[in-house]
Amino acid sequence: MSDISSKSPSDGRAVSFRGGGFAPKSRRWVGFAVFAFLILIAEWGTRSGWISALTLPKPSDVLVTFHELYQSGLLFKHLGLSLGRLVIGAAIGASIGISVGVLIGLFSYIRSGLVPVIAAIFPIPKIALLPLFVIWFGIGEGSKYALIAFGTFTPTVVATYGAVDNVDRTLIRMGQSFGLSWWSIVRKIVLPGAMPGILSGLRISFAIAIILLVAAEMLGAEYGIGAYILEAGSLYDLERLFAGVVILSLLGVLVSGCIGVIERRVLGWRS
Amino acid sequence: MDIRLDGVGHSYGDAEVMRDITLDIASGQIVCIVGPSGCGKSTLLRFIGGLERPDHGRILQIGTPPEGCLNPLTYVFQDFALLPWRSVFGNISLVLEDHGIRGKTAKAIIDDVLARTKLTDFASALPRQLSGGMKQRVAIARALAVKPAVMLMDEPLSALDSQTRELLMDDLVDLWTRQPFTAVYVTHNLAEAVRLGHKVVVLSRRPGQIREIVDIDKPLGDREFGDADLEAHQKHLWQLMRDEARAADAELLHV
Ligand SMILES: Nc1ncnc2c1ncn2[C@@H]1O[C@H](COP(=O)(O)OP(=O)(O)OP(=O)(O)O)[C@@H](O)[C@H]1O
Ligand SMILES: [Mg+2]
Repeated sequence: MSDISSKSPSDGRAVSFRGGGFAPKSRRWVGFAVFAFLILIAEWGTRSGWISALTLPKPSDVLVTFHELYQSGLLFKHLGLSLGRLVIGAAIGASIGISVGVLIGLFSYIRSGLVPVIAAIFPIPKIALLPLFVIWFGIGEGSKYALIAFGTFTPTVVATYGAVDNVDRTLIRMGQSFGLSWWSIVRKIVLPGAMPGILSGLRISFAIAIILLVAAEMLGAEYGIGAYILEAGSLYDLERLFAGVVILSLLGVLVSGCIGVIERRVLGWRS
Repeated sequence: MDIRLDGVGHSYGDAEVMRDITLDIASGQIVCIVGPSGCGKSTLLRFIGGLERPDHGRILQIGTPPEGCLNPLTYVFQDFALLPWRSVFGNISLVLEDHGIRGKTAKAIIDDVLARTKLTDFASALPRQLSGGMKQRVAIARALAVKPAVMLMDEPLSALDSQTRELLMDDLVDLWTRQPFTAVYVTHNLAEAVRLGHKVVVLSRRPGQIREIVDIDKPLGDREFGDADLEAHQKHLWQLMRDEARAADAELLHV
């Protein structure tokens, strides 16, 4: 062995660092910057003419249209009705979905009976069933709720029973060994343990709910963002079409933000 | 309350894991179970705790559990089994809530067991903020909270480093001297067995049978790290275990 103290520090090289990455953090301004950049490009392109007015409306014109919509008071009429449908439909779908998912996760017979059924209805494009829902629930609000609820239901069920399956069995054994009642084990061990999986499932379910909301409103709705977009589309009014699309995107960001807030509150124990 | 195992045997499918185990666990005693890996120690403990049923034999509770005992047979798990979303306090109150103990009464019990396991300052910490040794102390506090008649401990210290293990063994001895409890203590570690056991049960390789029961008469409080007579016991146990482990290896070669 050589005597390390006889060597000068200049003989050494710093050990190169290779432990970084794989730990994404939230950098909120980056998202805004990307949006701003894309919008600026579009604005510049449409103004200078290398994006023709038929391909894409000017972002500034869309903003003006949006402003007009706001001033006419119609914005909140559309948004209010759409939000109502979204919230009611998604709430029905998600709550039934979570309950059924938990039952599938807990009971052998329900699992064997329902998993194939869910697998059969999952790939059906729910929009294709809209006429059926109109017959069943009428052309009014009922069929819209039903469509949105049905669309949120399937992904929620699948995410929920997967999450219940993944709950640490030793924790359940622990609950049993302390003589906790069945209901306590479900409420205090299974549900909180499945919560991370359920919430990430809800993110997907609610995005699907927004898609279906527009589809439902394209049929027989006077007001609502879907109706607004449909009308603009049939007139080739690109500014209004895009104003509608922007509202939908904002809705998506809002929903995802809400789930983020819930995750931070409910899943604070994870980080 | 005593526990009696009467001719307990069990097979998983074709594999017989234990045969004809008859054993008495007297109240106020710590019975250590040692044996080669896979000989059925954890399985035996699950039988005693009522989490599984043996194919043969019976497990009897003799006498009634003491006054105020909420959960006569109480586990301490090797991997702690704490709910990560509940604080230390919440993890202990979990096992009281179902007995309708809440509010002031619950707080008194929890404060008491936290003090006994030296965790008072950590009542509001989440499990992820605790070291392994502290997590296991929480698990022990949780077990104490239900005033068990018998504690069932499956390698409770084996996930911990050897210094923490020594300290926790001292804690367990302290707890026992202040208020003797009954325990079935499964371990791989012969030093733990001779330190904590009034009785050490050596199981044979699979199918697990009782090979020998070693009684250690020295009072728990007088035992110390490196005692000569404990070393002698440990050596004897090691002889027995080594023969079993050798034989188990030889069997594997001939399969
Ligand atoms: N649920 C089960 N199904 C089938 N076989 C099992 C089951 N549980 C345990 N076994 C088998 O029973 C035997 C005893 O297992 P057990 O976990 O009781 O051993 P152990 O003595 O605790 O081992 P270790 O010291 O490694 O913890 C093993 O051979 C194992 O493969
Ligand atoms: Mg084991």
